[in-house]
Amino acid sequence: MREGFRRWLDGEDDVLAHVMDSEEVPYRTREEIKEERRMVSREADREKGTEVIAGIERRSFRAVYSVAAVVSCVLLIGVLLFTIAGLPRYGMENPRTTEVVRRYVEKGLEETGAVNIVSGLILDYRAFDTLGESHVLFTALICVMILLRIDRKNMRTGYEDYYMIREDRLFDMTKDNIMRGVGMIVVPCIFLYGLYVLLNGQLSPGGGFSGGAVMGAGFIILAAAFGMKPLDRALPERRIRFITFAALSFYSFAKGYVFFTGANGIPNRIPKGTPGAILSGGLILPLDIAVGIVVAFTMFGFYSLFSRGSIGGE
Amino acid sequence: MALTMTEILKIILLVLLIVCAVSVNLTKTLLQAVIIFMSYSSIMCVIWVLMESPDLAITEAAVGAGVSGTLFLMTLRRIRAEDVESPGEGKTDHQR
Repeated sequence: MREGFRRWLDGEDDVLAHVMDSEEVPYRTREEIKEERRMVSREADREKGTEVIAGIERRSFRAVYSVAAVVSCVLLIGVLLFTIAGLPRYGMENPRTTEVVRRYVEKGLEETGAVNIVSGLILDYRAFDTLGESHVLFTALICVMILLRIDRKNMRTGYEDYYMIREDRLFDMTKDNIMRGVGMIVVPCIFLYGLYVLLNGQLSPGGGFSGGAVMGAGFIILAAAFGMKPLDRALPERRIRFITFAALSFYSFAKGYVFFTGANGIPNRIPKGTPGAILSGGLILPLDIAVGIVVAFTMFGFYSLFSRGSIGGE
Repeated sequence: MALTMTEILKIILLVLLIVCAVSVNLTKTLLQAVIIFMSYSSIMCVIWVLMESPDLAITEAAVGAGVSGTLFLMTLRRIRAEDVESPGEGKTDHQR
């Protein structure tokens, strides 16, 4: 037992190999798959006689199901309304809830150096939350990669997806003139706007997350209109992973420095700059860029994995 | 009580929001549901602007109306369910 555990820890042996793995699917052509489906549906027709009983069961199940759905919905709505009733009214003064807010509003500019208080809030006072958010996004990307990635290793077992993706590649939208024409006009504007929102996070509405999301949408339109080829040369999967990782670690180290100095009473040596200038707000601009990179590449990675099963080209 | 233009606009948008939210559940096909969900996000985006939080409005427009809708559409395509009737009665696997 112990020996087995050590072997598993070293990666030599997979304990769950025979328990969890589904049986290997042999390679079949398209026609064979179609034939098999036909057989299955024929068999289902033959079993229709037993379906009367199953139908009754299904009907009672459906009745219970709809009653349960309505009851749980009403309960949830009741709980939420009850919670909302406990909130202070919109815009009302309430010492319990406005004490922190007042501090943010009054001292925010002075302490963070950001004209846009929201940015100062999420990337300075509450940067820890944003750090967790970025990590959640990165983890989600990794999970989607594990589940949906198609490469040479699992092409055989996922034969159906493989066919579908090959079909998708054949009937690509990239031949579509309207798509290309619109993409040609829209994509540069979207990227410009995304960069503006990203880099002006400390001055005007926006910041890392919004700018990154806009740029991610730009990447998606670019990939949908012109295919993966132009993107693949500039951003192969390896580079995307490396850049995302670098952005995340930069965020962690920069914020770690601030937390360390703050907790130990060491003066923070990062200059705040003049409020209103583009290089102001101390660490907010670099952190914005890091968050933006993570968000943009996560969005693009989701799209790419959902549509083609890989980031980048083949 | 006279309502200002902004208030009237707000009320119209909120009603539309509720209509969208309900009709997502009542539509026949999943594709329609996704499209209505995206329009829900667009309306929400305008409401965020009226509530003076442009930061959220930008994110809502990009993520809610754009990216998440696209991901839903990709998922529907991957499970081949663009024209599947809403869950419950209806066709199952064989209908592919």
